[in-house]
Amino acid sequence: MKHFFTLLSHEIRMLLVSAGTYLAAMFFFAFMGFIFTSILESYSKAPQEVSPAQFFFQFFWFPVLFMVPMLTMKCLAEERRLGTIETLLTTPVTTTEVVLGKYTAAYLLYLTLWGATAAFFFILKRFSGDVRFLDPGPLIGGYLFIAVSGLLFIALGVFASSLSRNQAVAAILCASMIFALMFGLSWLGGSSALNREVLQPVRVAVDYAQVFTHRDDFARGIVDTRQLLFYLSGTVLALIFSILGVEAKLLHS
Amino acid sequence: MPETPAIEVAHLVKSYAGVTAVNDITFRVGRGEILGFLGPNGAGKSTTMRILTGYLPATSGCVHICGVPVASQPNEAKRHIGYMPENNPLPEDMRVSEYLYFRGRLKEIARRQLGPRIDEVLELCDLKRVRHKIIGQLSKGFRQRVGIAEAILAEPPVIIMDEPTIGLDPHQILIVRDLIASLRGRMTVIISSHILPEIEMTCDRVLIINQGRVVAQGTPADLRREVLGHSTYQLELAGDLSTLPPVLAALEPTLQIRTQGEPDADGFRRITLTTERDAELGEPLLRALAPPAFRLRALSRAHPTLEDVFLAATRRSWDVTTAELRKK
Repeated sequence: MKHFFTLLSHEIRMLLVSAGTYLAAMFFFAFMGFIFTSILESYSKAPQEVSPAQFFFQFFWFPVLFMVPMLTMKCLAEERRLGTIETLLTTPVTTTEVVLGKYTAAYLLYLTLWGATAAFFFILKRFSGDVRFLDPGPLIGGYLFIAVSGLLFIALGVFASSLSRNQAVAAILCASMIFALMFGLSWLGGSSALNREVLQPVRVAVDYAQVFTHRDDFARGIVDTRQLLFYLSGTVLALIFSILGVEAKLLHS
Repeated sequence: MPETPAIEVAHLVKSYAGVTAVNDITFRVGRGEILGFLGPNGAGKSTTMRILTGYLPATSGCVHICGVPVASQPNEAKRHIGYMPENNPLPEDMRVSEYLYFRGRLKEIARRQLGPRIDEVLELCDLKRVRHKIIGQLSKGFRQRVGIAEAILAEPPVIIMDEPTIGLDPHQILIVRDLIASLRGRMTVIISSHILPEIEMTCDRVLIINQGRVVAQGTPADLRREVLGHSTYQLELAGDLSTLPPVLAALEPTLQIRTQGEPDADGFRRITLTTERDAELGEPLLRALAPPAFRLRALSRAHPTLEDVFLAATRRSWDVTTAELRKK
């Protein structure tokens, strides 16, 4: 892990000079700002039962679906397309360090973008002067959920990028994997196909892996270690597969 | 203790999905030597170089860099190598000095030494003017020099460059060649190239490979003797040609007329003679072909270029493989 920080600072710098990052950030803030203003409008018209934070995090899936691919598609696919992966791996660095450096850089940027949306709530508090709007429970739980689930989503993005030398292919693959994880499993959990006795273990497993249920639990302030374990183990698995993906490409390039 | 050779390759084999790219290559390179790697496209040059750097694993055989086995201690071996891959891939959106700094850190140069060292290689590769430019905006010649600067940055004992002069204009080729020649004695250099005069001028030793096998190796002069096995003389001669063969046979039994042209306005023909003898035959020829029987206007000994050697060696290996195929 000697070269990890060298690689990490290099990757952060590369993300900060890339136009794709700013494009992703712009779309993200435009969409989240739009959501937030419409939430405020509905609150100004009629009293609501849930706090604004809970509403806000309902829509987390949409920015995730396009922002994660935009942040991660470049990381390994571009290196392979330019051939710089060859110069990178002929220095005394390991593939693990390279993949972890890229992963950490993308994850930090993802956190920074989400962290910046805290300004929305700050503005609300500053100008409404009403503390009732700022229920700290759902707010902290929501951000915690974003941080924990982001681990897995970014890891999936890095994995998709390790499979291809084409950025567009990596982005589409990443978006489909996240889509399948969130909506595929939620559809499977709701369908009656798993109601048979034999499929009971599958049903239990699918019920554990409901991203939307996790979000609601976190927003209610319930932090379940089983859910944490789900995201952490998924992250580790996706990163191991990314490392293997890069090395398998070496063997057959 | 005898010094270990810089590079030692023994019985190297690499096959991809049924195709054997490198087939039983064995060679060694001494310290401070410059080795030229020649071969037609797809001969296995790049694959061999990639195995030397530890980027690709070999199917069998072993490679030692400065006595360190690449397969079992890749990280230790990589510290001894500066590598510039084919087409010299560089990140597009970094500045030259930033790139060199990043690479220097990866190659474990201490922060304090890195600054002066970067200045040194920038000076050496004549890159001072562009040190703050973005690599994506540089011309091909500058990019190539950035690649070379990067390869020599950590002062590794072994430098491997895959086609360093590809796509450069003659002036830039000259600069790159001088740069490589300036490393002679200090670092071991392996370069591959298609440009044969290039290799001939810079390299101490040449290795010709074809279809994954070494077909010839040695100094350019050795190769000429070994592969071509004959010397060639060109003359412009007037006189009765039917009396020429006996005269030549008296001079040297192996001397033969290979081609003879049509006489020009003054009655001179262009004649090419070949002989298996290595010694200089110019003076005896001049004496034997004196007037009145012949009039000699020009005599020269043709120096076979490395190109001839290369063509002959690769053709010979083609013949060998087709003969093997027929046997089966």
